[in-house]
Amino acid sequence: MSNISNYILPIFVCLIVVYGFLKKVDVFDAFTEGAKNGFNVFLSILPSLTALFLAIEMLKSSGGTEILTKILSPVGKLLNIPNEVLPMCILSPVSGGGSLSIYESIISEYGPDSYIGRVASVMMGSSETTFYAIAVYYGAVNIKKIRHTAICSLCADFTSFIVSGVVVRILFY
Amino acid sequence: MMNKIWSSLILFSLIAAVCLGNISELSRGIITSGNTAVDLAITLLGSFCLWNGIMNIAEKSELTKSLSKVMSPILCKLFKGLKKDDDAVLPMCLNITSNLLGLSNAATPTGIEAMKRLAAKNEGKTTPSNNMVLFVVMNSAALRIIPTTVANIRASHGSENPAGIVLPSIIVSICALTVGITMTKITERFFKYE
Repeated sequence: MSNISNYILPIFVCLIVVYGFLKKVDVFDAFTEGAKNGFNVFLSILPSLTALFLAIEMLKSSGGTEILTKILSPVGKLLNIPNEVLPMCILSPVSGGGSLSIYESIISEYGPDSYIGRVASVMMGSSETTFYAIAVYYGAVNIKKIRHTAICSLCADFTSFIVSGVVVRILFY
Repeated sequence: MMNKIWSSLILFSLIAAVCLGNISELSRGIITSGNTAVDLAITLLGSFCLWNGIMNIAEKSELTKSLSKVMSPILCKLFKGLKKDDDAVLPMCLNITSNLLGLSNAATPTGIEAMKRLAAKNEGKTTPSNNMVLFVVMNSAALRIIPTTVANIRASHGSENPAGIVLPSIIVSICALTVGITMTKITERFFKYE
């Protein structure tokens, strides 16, 4: 599997470059012209990234995640989400790096092929960092009011948390 | 909305730190947060330049036309008012393709380019158009065929079947994506577009 995924990136890049070359595009010039634009993107997302990370680092370092886990554990029980993966659910909409480190600790503690390990893996493989996407994409085009974005994205995240356990139980047990 | 979420996260963190006696950790967290953000942005800077370059080649070679022939029928159904030859279609297609292939550092720059082009049609409004919201929601519930990172971590922890979570992940992603898209379509009329 990891062999196949190692091929994807090189093939993807090669395909675009060779296609351009065959279409008689000056591929080198086209690349550098586009790459110049990367710096503007960097500048446009830096402010919102800084804001996002301030909130994330505060939430993590204050122990707020643990408090939220305690508050939400009855809800988790009701929805059949194992208590061990709850901190991951709480962090995953705000911080990809944070939820990934919790995921690693879950895997090393319970094993990748346990029920908890499998549920955590499926959750991790099926969700993206919602607030990162919001901060980066809207930050780049300078939009402050986000209308229904957060609610709908969180509904999608919530769905993946609930369905993960169900799917793992159906397919593996 | 971001206003409320952001300030409540910060207030909640202060209260939590006081209750748990973590106030010195909190100070440290605040100080390092700026560095963490810049570190990530610098890492991203490289991939922004790289993928913007690749995207420009794709554009110049008119890969747009071939790609949009395949994907635009679905895209145009989902995104109201989006035309097949719209300039936002190429970065949108590339963004979706990179998400599907699990190339997350290609997904961000292509997605930002798509947002910029969608925003250009927004006529300087301060709220996002329905299409922009839908695009962000689809990205936050990104459908992946190959969850590379997860499979690699499972393999490194001695899993008998590291890729065994691929099928369940796809099923779960499709459920999440369907709920996300449906919710966006239902709720868009309740939030003012100004």
